Formats: sequence, C-alpha cells, structure tokens
Amino acid sequence: MMSQQGRVIYMDNNATTKVAPEVVESMMPFFSELYGNPSSMHTFGGQVGKNVVEAREKVAHLLNATPDEIIYTSCGTESDSTAILSALQAQSGKRHIVTTRVEHPAVKNLCESLDSLTGHKHRLTQLPVASDGTLDLQQYEDSLSDDTAIVSVMWANNETGVIFPIEKMAQIAKSRGILFHTDAVQAVGKIPIDLQTVPVDFLSLSGHKLHAPKGIGVLYVRKRTPFVPFMIGGHQEHGRRGGTENVAGVIGLGKACELAGQHIHTENTKVRVLRDKLEEGLLASIPNALLNGHKADRLPNTSNISFEYIEGESILLHLDRYGICASSGSACTSGSLEPSHVLRAMGVPFTAAHGSIRFSLSVYNAEDEVDFILEKVPPIIANLREMSPFWKSR
Amino acid sequence: MWEYTDEVKDHFLNPRNVGEIENPDGIGDVGSLACGDALKLTFKLGDDKKIADAKFKTFGCASAIASSSALTEMIKGLTLDEAEKVTNEDIALYLGGLPKEKMHCSVMGREALEAAIANYRGIVLPMAEGEVICECFGVTDLEIKRAIEESHLHSVEEVTNFTKAGGGCGKCEDRIQAIIDEVNHTAKAKVIPMSGPKRMTTIQKIKLIEQAFEREIRPTLKKDGGDIELVDVDGDFVIVSLRGACSSCTKSQTTLKEYVEKKLREQVLDSLIVEESNA
Repeated sequence: MMSQQGRVIYMDNNATTKVAPEVVESMMPFFSELYGNPSSMHTFGGQVGKNVVEAREKVAHLLNATPDEIIYTSCGTESDSTAILSALQAQSGKRHIVTTRVEHPAVKNLCESLDSLTGHKHRLTQLPVASDGTLDLQQYEDSLSDDTAIVSVMWANNETGVIFPIEKMAQIAKSRGILFHTDAVQAVGKIPIDLQTVPVDFLSLSGHKLHAPKGIGVLYVRKRTPFVPFMIGGHQEHGRRGGTENVAGVIGLGKACELAGQHIHTENTKVRVLRDKLEEGLLASIPNALLNGHKADRLPNTSNISFEYIEGESILLHLDRYGICASSGSACTSGSLEPSHVLRAMGVPFTAAHGSIRFSLSVYNAEDEVDFILEKVPPIIANLREMSPFWKSR
Repeated sequence: MWEYTDEVKDHFLNPRNVGEIENPDGIGDVGSLACGDALKLTFKLGDDKKIADAKFKTFGCASAIASSSALTEMIKGLTLDEAEKVTNEDIALYLGGLPKEKMHCSVMGREALEAAIANYRGIVLPMAEGEVICECFGVTDLEIKRAIEESHLHSVEEVTNFTKAGGGCGKCEDRIQAIIDEVNHTAKAKVIPMSGPKRMTTIQKIKLIEQAFEREIRPTLKKDGGDIELVDVDGDFVIVSLRGACSSCTKSQTTLKEYVEKKLREQVLDSLIVEESNA
C-alpha cells in the first residue's frame, strides 16, 4: 500500500459536506464584485436580486414546490424553530405537539423546552421507535388529538439513516386538519422529494448537508399555511424572515440544489453500491458487528454499525490516524456521558451502543476508499477488543 | 474533538502492559459496560513485596485506555503502601493533564488500584458501602464527597467530570449540590431534598401571589399612591393591572419587572413572568 500520509477519506457527510467546486464558483462573484444589497433601488444592487430569484427557483424545483413557498434562513435549526413556534402561535389554543424520540436536537430540545420558553404548559408526545428504528403508524394516528397544534417528524434520521413514511404521516395529519412539519435536513438531495404528492406544511433543509456552505438553510411553507415569523425585521422574504439575505449563500444553495437534482440518481446507485460494499464487508469480516437501523428503509449513503464490547471514541481515533473521518454515537464523543438518544430509543444494548460508528458517504467517495477502510478497520477492532475486559470473558 | 496531550496519545496508541496476569496477587474490577468504561487491573508482588508486574484491560475511550496504561507504569516497583497513595491527580499529571470532562478516567484508574489492593488484603472497600446518589452510574455519596474534598470541586458540573455522577438523567443534581454544600460548609443543610423543580397548580399560584401582594407588594406601592390587581395567571405568565399613580407612571415597566416580578419569583415560583394587562 502506498503511503497514506495526508490522505483524507471523508465518510462523515451526515455531519457536513464538502462545498461542491461548482457551488464555490457560482458564489465567487457575490463577494467583491456583485456585493450590492438586493433590496437597493439602484441597478447595481437590483441585479443581485435577479440572481436571488433564480436561486430560489432552483431550490423550489428540487422539492417540486413554488418559489414563493421557499423562505431562506440561516440553518436547519432556525427552520425547525420557525416552523414549530409558528404553528403554536398561529393556533394559540392548541398546546399538543407530536414528535418522535429520535429527532435531531434542533427539534427534540426545542420541544422539551417549550414550557419554559413560552410560559405555557404543553403536552408533548414523543413517539417510540422499534428496534430497527421504525415508527408504528397506528400509534402515531392514535396520538393525534383535537388539541394537536403540529406534528414534527424527521424525514430521515441523521444517525441511522432510517427513513420515516412522511407521505402517509402527512396525509393522516392533513385529514385531521393538523399542521405537519418535517426536518428533511438529511433527506434532501439523497432521496427524491416531491411536495406535490407529500402534503407537508413545513419542511426544513440545510445547505451544508448537500454541498452548499454552512450558514444557509430553507424553510418551505406551503401556500396558505398560517405563518408567524420567527425573525422579525425588514421586508425580506415577504416579511416572513427579516434580515439582509445571505446572498452568496443563497446563490450557492441554488447551485447545490441544481446539482443535487442531477446527482439524485447517482446517490441511489453508485453511492448506495459503495455503502453496501462497505457495510457488507465490515459485517462479514468482523464478528459481533451489528447493523443499526432498518436495512431497506434507509438513506442510500448511511451505515451505522455497532462493534460490541469496545468504545466508539477509541475506534474513531484509530481511524483518524489513517485519515478516515466517521462519527460515533458513543457517550465519550458526544461530550455527554450517555450514548446516543437514537440508539437508546431503539433499545440497542449497552454492549453495542457505546461502540457504534456511523459512516456517511457522498458522491465524492470512490471505491478504493471503501477498500482502504475494509482493510484498516478489522485490525483496529481486533486490537481494541484484545484490550477490552469484556471481550474474552463474554 | 478532544485536546489530548502527546502523552495521552502515546499511551492510547501504544498502551503499556495490556493483558491479565495469571494467578495475580490482586485484582481490581471497576466500571461496567453500561457506564461506558471499565477497567480490570491485575498485579503481582515480587519477593521484596514491591509490585513486580501490573497489567490492565480497559473498555473505554482514549483517555480511559491512556489512564490505565499510565497507572500500570506508575505503580511498578512500588510497595502497596506507596501505591495506595497514588491519586487520580497523579495519573492525570503523569499524562500531562486530561480534558476536564475526562477526569473521571483518571478516577477510574485510581479506583481500580484501590480495589486491587483491597482484594489482595482481603478487605471490603468503604466507598462501595455509601448510599448510591447517582443511579445512572452507580456513584455513592462517599465517592462524591472524596472527589469534592481531594480535587476541590465546587459545582455539580465538576463533580460530573470527575465521578460521572449526575451525567445521566440528571435527577440527582440537587442531591449532589447538597453534598457539595455540606462538604464546603457553604450551607448547613443536612437534609438532602429528593424533589425536582417546584410544580404548582394555577390555583396554588394565584393563592400565593395574592398573599405576596397583600403582605408586601401592595403596601409598598401604596406608599407612592399606586396599587396593583391580579388579572390572570396563565402558565408562568402573571397578568396584572397597575392602579392609581402607577398606571400613569413612566417607570411602571421597571416597577413590574424589577420589583413585582422579582418579589414573586422569590416568594412564589422563580419561573414567573409578570406582564401588564392590555385591557
């Protein structure tokens, strides 16, 4: 094997992604040349506005939505907060929220803080998941009530990649007249999304998860959905989100959405093949390795594997020596002392929860990178297990 | 990403003394899979009654493995009386320091050493006999007290960093605070409350707010020719109406927030928010 010094194998795309070179190129003029404010009356600023309009059309196109349903925000978290707080304010009599136990902290922690944030008591239903990370639709339906202000369920889970049946869930909510929000941060760009057939009222997406830069996000708000702004200020975004546009970010996101539309097939063919090769290779060559999450209902790029009896941070630091970037749901990596809330909600035993590793690929990964990981990981696992007091005495 | 010293990285990547001594003189087994780290320490004494060999097996993060490796190197050549004096601070120091959130790894090393020495001597460690305060990680009051005393800890967060206590569900945080207060003599409270944050019904709130109004707030406002009425209580929002001189006073908002709200938070519930009625 050649020297691997300086080589980076990036398989942590659910954390963030590389900004696509085409995206960088599209953004460059908007820093020092076309730096005008799109709201200005002069031609110099006004011409920027045209580009912002074009970018909005590209974002809308990827979701099969209309441009005026797209509100730019600063990130996925802002989009999530805006949607949930808007639904509660627009229907001030309703105080029940339905969500899941495996949501991203942007939704989970917000929902758990609503009482102290708003000064009002709320009832929160956090739907449990099965051991493969899937939801029970009957239980979901039973949880809805006349007091339900909003349902907020992620389209795909960031840790396991498990995809929830958002189309069905949104239809059920719609038939009951209940607003539906989905955090689609991990789904957009990885699986096709058609908002003409999926009746969600709100959808959050984040630029940096689909090869646009950090600091730009979108909240989709379906036409005629009651809406109360989160950030109040100027007339930008038709008064629905004040603040001067992050013009370069907006342009970059537009380009990234255009590329995502072109790459969606590759995600579900090439990326899926690479992910499957990696996953099957690791599961076959390493004993006591378990897949976390439903095998089929899953994003094509994500693989979350638990290596029993060892701890995730140790694995990651060994991988890091080879330039391999992945992440873990172990306690030690999160800065807290408990393993991932997602794995615990799935009932993954402690023998495995602490030793979970998530590989998340992108269209930029190549087969030789998968081969390299398949060569390096088994000895790392064996070595750490040699050191573990639980390995031989099991 | 943790900031590990070169010594931690070295002991993690090239751990010394991995394994288990056959027929050891002492075995120390601490931690568990559920807790996320565990250490099994074994040692053998030489004819001179000094530790001739020490080995470890560790399940845990990089700093847990490095702390275990360092520990085995540190105790070789020591008598048990000498080894007994090794503290978690010594282990951290040997490694050039540990991130504060990882200090519990060095504590685990020390506990394993104590357990192994106790095992050799055939005695039961007093630490395990304390009352369990943190149920998530099985930490006793005696262990918490010792960490506070030896490492001069002053906050629940620090106790969590050193012992893991309070790092799970967080329900024991009040009890940990009470132990900190007790050890540091900042409070005389010997009773450790079990309850979480206060919860009240709206009726209870209204009753207590009215009492606070009567007892203190109204008399104070009346001195300046003003008065106050309670309009409504909705969750933590207390809606009031200012009367008399207060109603036209330009400082009425300051009065509401700086005086009325502050008093109600002290006397009724610290999450209350006072607002003036629009009507």
